[in-house]
Amino acid sequence: MKKDGSWTSNLPTPNNSFSGVKKKLKKNIGLYCIIFPAVLYFLIWAYWPMYGVIIAFKDFLPGIGILDSPWVGFAHFERFFNSFYFERLLRNTVAISLYTIIIGIPLPIILALMFNEIRSKRLRTFTQTISYAPHFISVVVVVGMILFFLSPSNGLINNLIEMFGGEKKNFLADPASFWHIFVWSGVWQSIGWSSLIYTAAMAGISPEQYEAAYIDGAGKLQRIWHVTLPGIIPTIIILSILSVGGIMSVGHEKILLLQNGLNQETSEVISTYVYKSGILNAQYSFSAAIGLFNNVINFSILLVVNSIARKVSETSLW
Amino acid sequence: MITNIKRTTTEKIIDAANVTLVLMFTAIILYPLIFVLFASMSDPRQLFQAQLLLYPKGFNIESYLKVFENKDIWNAYGNTLLYTFLGTFINIVMTTLGAYPLSRKSFYGKGFFTFIFTFTMFFSGGLIPSYLVNKQLGIVNTIWVLVLPGAISVFNLIIMRTYFQMRIPPELEDSAHVDGCNDFRLLYKIVLPLSTPIIAVMVLFYGVGHWNSYFEAMIYLSDRDLFPLQLILREILIQNEMNEMLAVVVDEQYAQRLMAKEGLKYAVVVVSTFPLLIIYPLLSKFFEKGILVGAIKG
Repeated sequence: MKKDGSWTSNLPTPNNSFSGVKKKLKKNIGLYCIIFPAVLYFLIWAYWPMYGVIIAFKDFLPGIGILDSPWVGFAHFERFFNSFYFERLLRNTVAISLYTIIIGIPLPIILALMFNEIRSKRLRTFTQTISYAPHFISVVVVVGMILFFLSPSNGLINNLIEMFGGEKKNFLADPASFWHIFVWSGVWQSIGWSSLIYTAAMAGISPEQYEAAYIDGAGKLQRIWHVTLPGIIPTIIILSILSVGGIMSVGHEKILLLQNGLNQETSEVISTYVYKSGILNAQYSFSAAIGLFNNVINFSILLVVNSIARKVSETSLW
Repeated sequence: MITNIKRTTTEKIIDAANVTLVLMFTAIILYPLIFVLFASMSDPRQLFQAQLLLYPKGFNIESYLKVFENKDIWNAYGNTLLYTFLGTFINIVMTTLGAYPLSRKSFYGKGFFTFIFTFTMFFSGGLIPSYLVNKQLGIVNTIWVLVLPGAISVFNLIIMRTYFQMRIPPELEDSAHVDGCNDFRLLYKIVLPLSTPIIAVMVLFYGVGHWNSYFEAMIYLSDRDLFPLQLILREILIQNEMNEMLAVVVDEQYAQRLMAKEGLKYAVVVVSTFPLLIIYPLLSKFFEKGILVGAIKG
């Protein structure tokens, strides 16, 4: 590209006519070349699958392709809604998500507040660094560790239970334990990492606010309540919108690993079911329909929660 | 926080209680990791009676030798290294190319591109349509299926864009243009050298993702020689375990084998997780900055 007089000006051109647009396009041509690979990426791996979603309304046969496969309307959706599994899948998905959200939103905030009150900088850095170490461990290893600790023959938890006179229990074969295992192992893995963003937000609160509160006679707890918490409210709202908007997508990677024939009653969720019926049993259209149902519900909840947040608190994703 | 504020007795008590609680919390987070480390260095036969493990019992490295003898593990380790390096490289290049133009104030069409990128964060075709796309592209059961479909994370792209916006002054770009520097050279020669902290954060985020991923490999790879470490780990740690849970232990020999395998499990966890736990404290000083920058709404 050649040096061009128009590069030097960053002022917006008052001209909004067609030739103005053309000039702007030409001026930015280097940037369009730079962004092109990214656009191509999104077209192929984000938008092409969105087009492919129409197989949910067809009887897709790989041999004849998407376009030529026959339309069947909502048949796959009806089959799913009427199936024996529907209620159970919906219950498990929503229950696990809600449990995760109810535990997962306040705990990192409390932890961040506790970190924030540590006066020794070295102790603070040390404890924080340890707290987010589990975030870097793979799901496979985390599930492996859950199996070590809960093992019915020689797991630590069962050894402790026995030591205190209790009976050993096969936790992973017990449907009633599954949600707790899933949620609390998740807390162990992610609480430190999730607290980091609140810590960062707290660092952005100006010290003058604390000094002013102190001069007004506010004690420590009052300063936390009236200065620190209000300071991180926007962050709390944004993260809450995101997690509520993801309510239908539970971590299927971890569930697939933790699941077995004995706990399926409480461990099968929509996303694991999509994987099994779609990838393992090659029922592409049926599975795509379930996935679409899931995504649409998710997206709708996100829109609703976001607009409520915008009205109530003036903080929202967009 | 503010240090010039005088503390009352109550506040000192609150502080002390706080420190105690945080230390207890840290111990709970750390203990499972230490347990695995000690268990991996213990005599597998003694592990069975172990209660709380506070030091390696009957110290030996038998289990590690078994891991190093295992051909599957070595091959998978090599694969994972390759996928992580290549994948992260592609991630960094693609994310930078997507993020940089969006950070330029004068970029015409910024709103449009931002929308088509971020929309994919909230709505997607789902697992099955994505699977079919990859099948149609003919990349299933090749290394490409692990490194191309996830080339850009929108979340990371936004973090990077915000960093560029805040740290690269427009005047710098203007003067480079006056000197006859085109956009590509500007990005390569001026913007990137100024962006090492955010690139370090991205290398860590993406790198960890590749190192730890198993789901994509599980659905797209059928050739065992291509398996990454996490898939082999899944076989050793989880699939065997599930089978044993349902089986009844009868003879002595079987019990012996089980114990030896138990030690191998701990060792393989350490060997697979160690590199990450070494690297992340080195990069940890960048986290807070990176997250802080990205957290600002854009």
